[in-house]
Amino acid sequence: MQVSMTVNGVAQSHDVEPRTLLVQFLRESCGLTGTKVGCDTSSCGACTVLLASGHDGQRPESVKSCTMFAAQADGGAITTIEGLAAADGTLHPVQQAFHEHHGLQCGFCTAGMVLAAVSLIDENPNLTERDVRLGLEGNLCRCTGYHNIVEAVLAASESAS
Amino acid sequence: MTATVETIAGQPTIGTRVLRREDPALLTGEARFTDDLVIHGALHLQVVRSPIAHGSIRAIDVAGARAVAGVVDVVVGADLRALLAAPLPCAWAVTDDMVQPEHWPLAIDEVRYVGDGVAVVVAETREAAQDGAERVVVDYDPLPVVTDLEAALAGGTFVHPDLGTNRSYTWELIPDPAAVDAAFAQAAHTVHERYWQQRLIPMAMEPRAVAVVPAPFGGDVTMYSATQVPHFLKIFMAIVTGIPEHRIRVIAPAVGGGFGSKLNIYAEEAICLALARKLGRPVRWNEERSENSQATIQGRGMIQEIELAADTEGTVTAVRARLLADMGAYLQLVTPGIPLLGAFLYHGVYDIPNYSFSCTSVFTNRTPTDAYRGAGRPEATYAIERAMDALAAKLSVDPAELRRRNYIRKDQFPYDSPAGLVFDSGDYEGALDQALDRSGYAKLRREQQARRDEGATKLMGVGISTFVEMCGLAPSRVLASLNYAGGGWESATVRVLPTGKVQVVTGTAPHGQAHETCWSMIAADVLQVPLDDIEVLHSDTAIAPHGLDTYGSRSLAVGGTAIHLASERVIAKARLIAAHQLECADTDLEYVGGEFRVRGTPARALAIQAIAFEAFSAHNLPEGIEPTLEATTTWDPPNFTFPFGVHIAVVEVDIETGGVELVRYVAVDDCGNRVNPLVVEGQVHGGIAQGVAQALWEEAVYDDDGQLKTTTLVDYLVPSAAELPSFELGSTVTPSPTNPLGVKGIGEAGTIASTPAVVNAVVDALAHLGVRDITMPATPQRVWAAIQEATR
Repeated sequence: MQVSMTVNGVAQSHDVEPRTLLVQFLRESCGLTGTKVGCDTSSCGACTVLLASGHDGQRPESVKSCTMFAAQADGGAITTIEGLAAADGTLHPVQQAFHEHHGLQCGFCTAGMVLAAVSLIDENPNLTERDVRLGLEGNLCRCTGYHNIVEAVLAASESAS
Repeated sequence: MTATVETIAGQPTIGTRVLRREDPALLTGEARFTDDLVIHGALHLQVVRSPIAHGSIRAIDVAGARAVAGVVDVVVGADLRALLAAPLPCAWAVTDDMVQPEHWPLAIDEVRYVGDGVAVVVAETREAAQDGAERVVVDYDPLPVVTDLEAALAGGTFVHPDLGTNRSYTWELIPDPAAVDAAFAQAAHTVHERYWQQRLIPMAMEPRAVAVVPAPFGGDVTMYSATQVPHFLKIFMAIVTGIPEHRIRVIAPAVGGGFGSKLNIYAEEAICLALARKLGRPVRWNEERSENSQATIQGRGMIQEIELAADTEGTVTAVRARLLADMGAYLQLVTPGIPLLGAFLYHGVYDIPNYSFSCTSVFTNRTPTDAYRGAGRPEATYAIERAMDALAAKLSVDPAELRRRNYIRKDQFPYDSPAGLVFDSGDYEGALDQALDRSGYAKLRREQQARRDEGATKLMGVGISTFVEMCGLAPSRVLASLNYAGGGWESATVRVLPTGKVQVVTGTAPHGQAHETCWSMIAADVLQVPLDDIEVLHSDTAIAPHGLDTYGSRSLAVGGTAIHLASERVIAKARLIAAHQLECADTDLEYVGGEFRVRGTPARALAIQAIAFEAFSAHNLPEGIEPTLEATTTWDPPNFTFPFGVHIAVVEVDIETGGVELVRYVAVDDCGNRVNPLVVEGQVHGGIAQGVAQALWEEAVYDDDGQLKTTTLVDYLVPSAAELPSFELGSTVTPSPTNPLGVKGIGEAGTIASTPAVVNAVVDALAHLGVRDITMPATPQRVWAAIQEATR
């Protein structure tokens, strides 16, 4: 079936099997491998991307791209990690905060973690540490113990508000 | 707070919080992990795995799989064996009589654990391979299963019926048995504890992945693998497949965590290589999470018995430890050696003169065990630190005070340990004082008592753990004495290019540890060039041919030292060229700010970049000096390094539900000199989280039939941010005299210290109720049951 959506501002339309997951569409059809697959139970969050459905005025929400079919995102607008930094290479404030606070080590969970954090800050500009910890519950990291991730998200949140 | 560090050529960078150069590629999705690589024409491989823990293979019907559109080949164990030269390796025959079953990448006649591979399907697409694998029909004849360690030792049911035993080896370290017996006979107090180290699943966030690209006409083959050990892999792939070593190139692209689980030679690596050669096409395999739980090694898995003998003052006079360790169904790369990495540390940080250690290992019908973060040392630390708390309780002495009485004193270093090691340096009491101070220990004890007095349902527990580890693996001669097949050195090349930029080539293989950042700092400080002028090359056997890879908190102490020494050799060579060019004696030169200056005549100077070009052009070099400015060294450490620290956990235990919450965590670590404190702290944070997880949440649960019940991240409780607090870190710095950097290693410290700290805290919270121990993980169910039993 033909599935069409906007990914990082670029129109993407590909003929895929109906069982194709959104993450497969992004990685294999669009060649955007920054979005990772870390589990098969929607637990780890490495595949998190931002999705704005086609409706006007709806702001993007973080979704686990392994948990929906590509067809379900048909007509929507996706932001993956590749689309977050500015065109001139300037990192998004959340990416920059992760860098400055050493919020990543191996980097495999990072794309999902950063996009989940972007969504979290967008929803609540006055985050507490507890808010951040609960808000990132769906994203697992095995390297950092979360300490510096939480610091990074709080710092990005403060500079955004 | 972290801050961007401006680095200036000539100013030391070591000790500063340089932000990681690895980050931008990882933060933007630009970094390529193995499964991200675009490989044209690649076939996809799917493994058919045993659903039962033990059984004979009567027949395998592959006709249905072959009929699936897109399926190119289906291979069973016997077919695969014909393509290989040797079975999968175990590099650590710890005793001469160790029992070691043959381990082929696919089972041939018999499966021995759930997840054991029996066949593979190779297809044009991942989906076709999966569909084909579902149509492979295996007819099994079930055999009796053994999962319990003591039942395995008793025999009767055998994992490998042809071996007639489940015992792999018994290894002992008892320098003076009579002295140990005498110490126990004369002891005023003894404790005898039994602990269970549950099996853990490492759960690196990136599952394993392999892609093999053959060049059928050229003859070379390139393997990409999500591995910690590209150099090991190249050697062992040559041995297993028979492909000459010089025809194999192994590349570890971005690797998403390892924690020991990628320190191995895996079936899928050999299978992909063998089939890529057979089919003349690239073959790739990507592990699913549920496969990762079953077919990647697991950690820990042992019964520990530990006894302490003490005098009336609580001075410990002897320790006796006996282990029964679970090897799983086969011996993987270093499976037998893992319990023995703790063999020397069951006296912990204490000056205990009489020492007895023995370990017996057995096969069970479960996934093989092997290295998991800390590997043997967390187990040892857990046993001694829990036993010290048990002794403190018996003597009604504060656990901090009992530890203080028994510490190896600062003035005893270098310390000849009762197990035969030489501890390089330490100040355990200094770390304890800081940890007690940071935690507000006395105040915590008062609050604990107040809650008990008021009959609160949420009780407070405070747990102390002190630890020392042997890391910086390892002196090659010591490894030889332990029957390990390889060495423990590390290699480095430092090369100043014609334009003055620098390449550092390392044999370490990072997968999250910031080697590119930290190795450039080490080189920059010796070469006195800007950090940004240095690139660090690694994890490709064609670029970095010599290396022993990354595990065992070895990379900095061994690999970092090699870089430091190679950089010094570069400067030594540059000095000779500079003296020749400046027409002075080399002893008249001083190296300042990245240039050689003639003492007393600073205007006469030559920068390292200019010298590099002279070395390249070779127009005017001194007699006997070869062109190019580079040096290669290997560093074989004279000793292990011995990081240490004191961790204090504060928990709240809800006595109505058994729920445990970790509310505070204080860690004072001493890893010698800190090259990059930012990175050190990150390693400690992550290590703590993994150790806490063993204490409270994680366990690979098997039923009596050998079925793994925790195959997914839904069932296996890797903690999220919501379960953990922020950590309060302190530090002391006691440089190691073992290497010129004075560094020790920090990759495993947090994991080693935190598990006993947390369990000590949970037991401490309930001690007044009569609770003496809780089996890990201390789940609400177990905590609640322990309370009920104690207060019945």
